[in-house]
Amino acid sequence: MSQPAISPTGIRFQNIEKRYGGLCALRKVTLEIAPGESVVVAGRNGSGKSTLLRIAARLVRPSFGEVSFTASAAEGTAALPRTGFVAHATMVYDELTAEENLVLFARLQSISNPAARVEGLLREVGLYERRASLVRTFSRGMRQRVAIARALLSDPSVLFLDEPATGLDPQGVAWLAETLRKLRDAGCTMLMSLHGESELSSLATRAIRLEAGSVLSDTRTGADFRSILTFADA
Amino acid sequence: MALLSNAAVLLGKELRTEFRSRELLTTTVVFILIVIVLFSFTFDPTSDESRRFAPGLLWLAFLFASSLMLQPCFLREQHNDTLSALRLSVSDPFAIFLAKLAANTLFLLLTELLLLPVFAVMYNVPVLHVLHWLVLVFFLASLGISISGTALAAISAQARMRELLLPLLLLPLLTPILVASTEITKSLLDRAPFVQWKGIGFLAVFDLVFLTALWLFGEYLLEE
Repeated sequence: MSQPAISPTGIRFQNIEKRYGGLCALRKVTLEIAPGESVVVAGRNGSGKSTLLRIAARLVRPSFGEVSFTASAAEGTAALPRTGFVAHATMVYDELTAEENLVLFARLQSISNPAARVEGLLREVGLYERRASLVRTFSRGMRQRVAIARALLSDPSVLFLDEPATGLDPQGVAWLAETLRKLRDAGCTMLMSLHGESELSSLATRAIRLEAGSVLSDTRTGADFRSILTFADA
Repeated sequence: MALLSNAAVLLGKELRTEFRSRELLTTTVVFILIVIVLFSFTFDPTSDESRRFAPGLLWLAFLFASSLMLQPCFLREQHNDTLSALRLSVSDPFAIFLAKLAANTLFLLLTELLLLPVFAVMYNVPVLHVLHWLVLVFFLASLGISISGTALAAISAQARMRELLLPLLLLPLLTPILVASTEITKSLLDRAPFVQWKGIGFLAVFDLVFLTALWLFGEYLLEE
């Protein structure tokens, strides 16, 4: 897949706190993710990984603090960038076909020539032959491929990946790793929460470990970096 | 423009999925049909008695059926977290509401118009001469039910006792619509039919007020 020009975008988390009633999911998280970085967030179940990603994607409003997008590592905020979000829920309609799902989201995102874009993506994810089948007839892995295609529709400059390999077979994980590698090399900023996908964690240029909603460690090199990625693979 | 174009795309999706499954239409048509048929046995459907009781009964059936219809409109979006995908894709979250309330209004109106002939026959009430006025009342009332119902469906979908919460919130809120619609329908089905402009005005104002409130605060209803 040839990558179109991506305008590099960073993400700035300032003092992010998220409370659900009495439960504190995130505690004063401050992070600066540089444009083009590929960040793996690791941590135990309930450590706040998904909440962090959903706040970054503006799906969840933080109880305190602010998330902004930066045009460069320097100060200053950027306009809302094109983002893509892959979660363990597929975020596609079971009652629509793969093609109908992608055309729907392409039209909502005002993508020019949605039919051509959708056709290209369906070929890319290996579902072109099944484009007219209802998603509910697909296996879990095929649904996840549709979900990945949906996230890539807008050629995102920021990609949020919350356990993106859910349901994918080893070939699927390898394909996803290759696709993400191309995106990373094209300048796409990635924030991903992983669970047992070593091929995906090899894409990381930075690793963050969360525990009980706080950043326990944040590193780019060394033994700590490897130990966090190993944790993500555990 | 982006708002209307997004709403049109989403309305197309709502219609396509419904006409594929016919889940909502079948449920509501069957429910209203049962109510109309059952109650036709409880009193003598002579014209005079029908004119007194039937409008209230008809609107009560529509109201309960609408709560059945409105319940799934946001619950369905939770199944695969498609609501998040929509929120990430649309430029204005109001487009999501606009599409859903337009779809709900269409479905409700379609159900009402399908069952009006059955009602007319079972209760021996001629409706043809006031059909255009009835369609106007059905439209305004269905719009009001859909606007407030869609907003409450978004709230209740995120609550724990969601199946119970929607009717609990919806039915008291829709009492003014029920009263106004029943009164207007009663006057239209009278031996000397007349149009209650005050009632029609009330329905229009209700729709406008709730639509404005939804436009202003709808975004917050979609947040997790």
